Amino acid sequence: MTTTDERPATDTTPTARRWETACPLERLQPERGVAALFGEEQVAIFRTHGGELYALGNVDPRSGAAVLSRGIVGDRGGEPTVASPVYKESFSLVDGRCLDARGVSVPVYPVRLHDGLVQIGLR
Amino acid sequence: MTDTRHLVVVGNGMVGHRLVSALRDRDGRGDWRITVLGEETRQAYDRVALSSYVDGKSEEELRLAELADPLVDLRLGDPAVTVDRERRTVRTASGAELTYDALVLATGSVPFVPPVPGRDLPNCFVYRTLDDLDAIKAAAAAAVARPGPGRRSAVVVGGGLLGLEAARAMRLLGLSPQVVEIAPRLMPVQVDDGGGALLKDLVTSQDIAVRTGVAVSGIREEKDRLVATLSDEVELDADVVVFSAGIRAADSLARESGLRLGERGGVWVDATCRTDDENVWAIGEVAALEGRTYGLVAPGYAMAEVVADRLLGGQARMTPEELDMSTKLKLLGVEVASFGDAHAATEGALEVVVNDPVAGTYSKLVVSDDAQTLLGGVLVGDASKYSTLRPMVGMKLPADPVAMIAPGGVELGADALPDSAQICSCNAVTKGALKEAIGGGACTVPDLKACTKAGTSCGSCVPLLKKLLVDEGVEVSKALCEHFGFSRAELFQIIASTGLRTFTEVVEKHGRGRGCDLCKPAVASILASLGNGHIHEGEQAALQDTNDHFLANMQRNGTYSVVPRIAGGEITPEGLIVIGEVARDFGLYTKITGGQRIDMFGARVEQLPAIWRRLVDAGFESGHAYGKSLRTVKSCVGSSWCRYGVQDSVGMAVLLELRYRGLRSPHKLKSGVSGCARECAEARSKDFGVIATEKGWNLYVGGNGGATPRHAQLIVQDVDQETLIRTIDRFLMFYIRTADRLQRTAPWLEELEGGLDHLREVIVDDKLGICAELDAAMALHVENYADEWRGVLEDPKKLERYVSFVNEPGTPDPTISFVTERGQPVPTPRAGDPEPVLIGVPAFGRQEVQ
Ligand code: SRM
Ligand SMILES: Cc1cc2nc3c(=O)[nH]c(=O)nc-3n(C[C@H](O)[C@H](O)[C@H](O)COP(=O)(O)OP(=O)(O)OC[C@H]3O[C@@H](n4cnc5c(N)ncnc54)[C@H](O)[C@@H]3O)c2cc1C
Ligand code: SF4
Ligand code: FES
Repeated sequence: MTTTDERPATDTTPTARRWETACPLERLQPERGVAALFGEEQVAIFRTHGGELYALGNVDPRSGAAVLSRGIVGDRGGEPTVASPVYKESFSLVDGRCLDARGVSVPVYPVRLHDGLVQIGLR
Repeated sequence: MTDTRHLVVVGNGMVGHRLVSALRDRDGRGDWRITVLGEETRQAYDRVALSSYVDGKSEEELRLAELADPLVDLRLGDPAVTVDRERRTVRTASGAELTYDALVLATGSVPFVPPVPGRDLPNCFVYRTLDDLDAIKAAAAAAVARPGPGRRSAVVVGGGLLGLEAARAMRLLGLSPQVVEIAPRLMPVQVDDGGGALLKDLVTSQDIAVRTGVAVSGIREEKDRLVATLSDEVELDADVVVFSAGIRAADSLARESGLRLGERGGVWVDATCRTDDENVWAIGEVAALEGRTYGLVAPGYAMAEVVADRLLGGQARMTPEELDMSTKLKLLGVEVASFGDAHAATEGALEVVVNDPVAGTYSKLVVSDDAQTLLGGVLVGDASKYSTLRPMVGMKLPADPVAMIAPGGVELGADALPDSAQICSCNAVTKGALKEAIGGGACTVPDLKACTKAGTSCGSCVPLLKKLLVDEGVEVSKALCEHFGFSRAELFQIIASTGLRTFTEVVEKHGRGRGCDLCKPAVASILASLGNGHIHEGEQAALQDTNDHFLANMQRNGTYSVVPRIAGGEITPEGLIVIGEVARDFGLYTKITGGQRIDMFGARVEQLPAIWRRLVDAGFESGHAYGKSLRTVKSCVGSSWCRYGVQDSVGMAVLLELRYRGLRSPHKLKSGVSGCARECAEARSKDFGVIATEKGWNLYVGGNGGATPRHAQLIVQDVDQETLIRTIDRFLMFYIRTADRLQRTAPWLEELEGGLDHLREVIVDDKLGICAELDAAMALHVENYADEWRGVLEDPKKLERYVSFVNEPGTPDPTISFVTERGQPVPTPRAGDPEPVLIGVPAFGRQEVQ
């Protein structure tokens, strides 16, 4: 997670990571996700009403369809979420876990704002 | 890994499944690795609800939660054939040999078929598995399709709980059922003579013939039918014979391996469910607990829980005297329930009976000799008190027993019960446990189901769960979700009267948080009904549900379907050619829908604008197949061609479809117009249906197909076109303002106080004085209608969204692929297909679909 007010990129995780650019910030409408493709990997990127950025794997684990970016963004008990557009389970934007099914989750990606560009940290 | 022990479970039925899921829930360390051998080739399903398989439920809907778990090896279609207890091995039909540390037999029962001659003839069936039902369905369909006079019929051998379920299933399959019961009354195990007599009347009035006190003595083939001979020499013709004459424990594995059996069959187990071999356990219908077998699922579940606990070193045990043998007959449309000591077998028990033949109800309570303690009861005709009475068994009665069952007597709430009372007998959940869950934050029935499992099996305790929520001060509210404390209708009033026009304003002033997939589309729909411009304008875009998001219906593989409007089902040859060319050029699958138009499937998101550009250029517009809005107005060909038609039904359908296109509503809206009373357009199965008469038009409202079909009801008769349209305008606007989220017109009308008469007073007689307002709202809609797809094509900002990837706009989603089926593309099946079931949805809950 990162906020959209400009601040230096800090990558605290130890593993080496490359940052890839997805799109300019303006391309992200609040509470409407977009999908980005990096090689084989599909990432769903969201900007909340408050301006935070989040990135999850784009594949909905229930249906196998790569559509999480097209879900409705909201919150559950204050935790920011996206609801899968296929069968409507909610996933936490913070840690990717499914809030409606135990043991199900989607990957979470580090995301940062760099010179007005939204970037995703890939391994 | 070395200390992992191996559990083999034989039988993947309801109880075996429960054991595995209970063990996996609690065995966090992974002490046990589990192999399940299932004779049936299907994943475990809800056998209790088996009959609903002929009543519209699919196999997927009946399926129990999947056991996808690395520690569970599920082998379906490979039954165990022998057990070698010395070597602790099980051999399967495919020849595999498995060594176990513990073996659990959960093989259930097999139906008992009395040894009458002819019982093996084709078209003689038992009623136990989905495979049985598939075979019965096929035979019934073949019989119904066979030409020749007379009704096709079925003989059901056995008038117990299952026999009556089977009989009703036969009726649903289009056969005339006859039930033959050897005992002098129906459901002899559960009800007494008084209840049995009334039950027979009620069943007969459901068009099911009943013969009690006679047995089937033989079956023979005659031409292409069967003839069943009864012990009184009566002969019954039948196309299908279903044996439902009881069950026998499926104990052959135990028998052959020398395990101790119960006196009347079943694998003998002690109160811990262990057999006389300490490594072998038995649970469910196959187990003879201290010698006695149980033919219901609740005792089986209790056994599964005990064994799961024991396998993990616990001390659980069964208390057979407390096992609940209550039953409630489902499905038949006849309410019957029996519970506890229904036959007053307890020493000194007293019976209190209230028999009301006029109302068609019979209630009996069995109480202790001092009339203080409830022991059991039988309810026929009206079993609404079952859910409150059953948990009171063994407890002090809160009121005089007669008053408790008399019509207009005391109303019993959950508050009458002590905390120790078991509210859900299927899952052994007490009132105390439920209260604790409510205290911990559960505030809806689904919450309670999720955290206690109560209500997830037979469903009969659900009414009591609701009462309990109310008693505990949790309002079973109509609130949309955690973000709004209002119902949709209230929210509509707020938005309409305050003039707020963005979600942010609405949620900040009248709600909390940032919304979710329930309230956002609801607010989006309200804003759209109030005429708020294009649904992708500004912030509204982020509120739209899946399909409104891209003005197309999302399919299972993430592609979309494209449905242009074909008003009234009328289309020119040129129009057909354009659709054909577009589908061909973009490689789309085409199908004629149930709504009299053409659906093109398999469009990728980035193809949608190009496809629609072609369609819009040719004069097509959005068909709103994606919206909670008007779908189609079906028509029959009417007076232009049909020799019986009395009005131009196609013209009227086109007029109505164009008038109401794009109108957003709480749920989808459908309509139909027929040219005469023959009703070829099925108008009465629509939200509003119009049928031509010699003098004008009849308008029917509140119908639908779908899961709970409803016929629309006549609201005005023989009216002219102007009156017809005015009445429909008001009907729709009144519905839009007052219905709940995702409530179609039929349930809305059912809930409307005063029903159809009230509706007529409001929209015809203008009793509330709101008609001018409703008329104005509709006029505004008609004036402001604009094609949504054209709106997208004309706005580069909106078009920007129609890309696969923000960083690679033209690259197709690599996960999408197709195979060819019958000459057309369809999604490539995925590993694990099909699995279209919502998680967390109870087996009996009505699942909320798009
Ligand atoms: C395409 C079509 C089936 C077909 O190939 O014929 C269809 C397809 C779907 N139907 Fe339907 N229904 C279609 C005609 C019907 C009909 C027949 C009719 O309209 O005359 C019915 C019964 C009549 C009725 O609605 O009263 C029908 C009753 C349903 C229901 C049950 C509604 C109910 O009140 O119980 C659902 C589920 C829901 O909406 O909650 C549903 C839902 C759906 C959904 C939206 C399910 C989903 O979420 O994916 C399907 C998506 C369509 C798509 O992707 O394009 N569909 N559906 C038909 C499209 C008609 C059209 O031209 O727009
Ligand atoms: C139509 C119908 C309606 C019912 N209604 C109710 C009701 O309202 N309330 C209620 O409480 N109960 C009801 N029941 C009974 C309930 O379904 C059973 O009590 C419950 O299913 C028992 O579970 P089980 O696991 O012991 O047996 P089952 O569910 O029968 O499962 C046993 C499984 O073991 C398999 N098997 C057998 N032998 C082998 C082998 N050698 N190797 C591998 N697998 C084997 C079988 O194929 C079967 O799949 C109903 C039953 C039917 C048929
Ligand atoms: S409803 Fe009447 S007019 Fe229409 S096609 Fe059928 S018979 Fe002809
Ligand atoms: S009593 Fe059957 S589900 Fe609760």
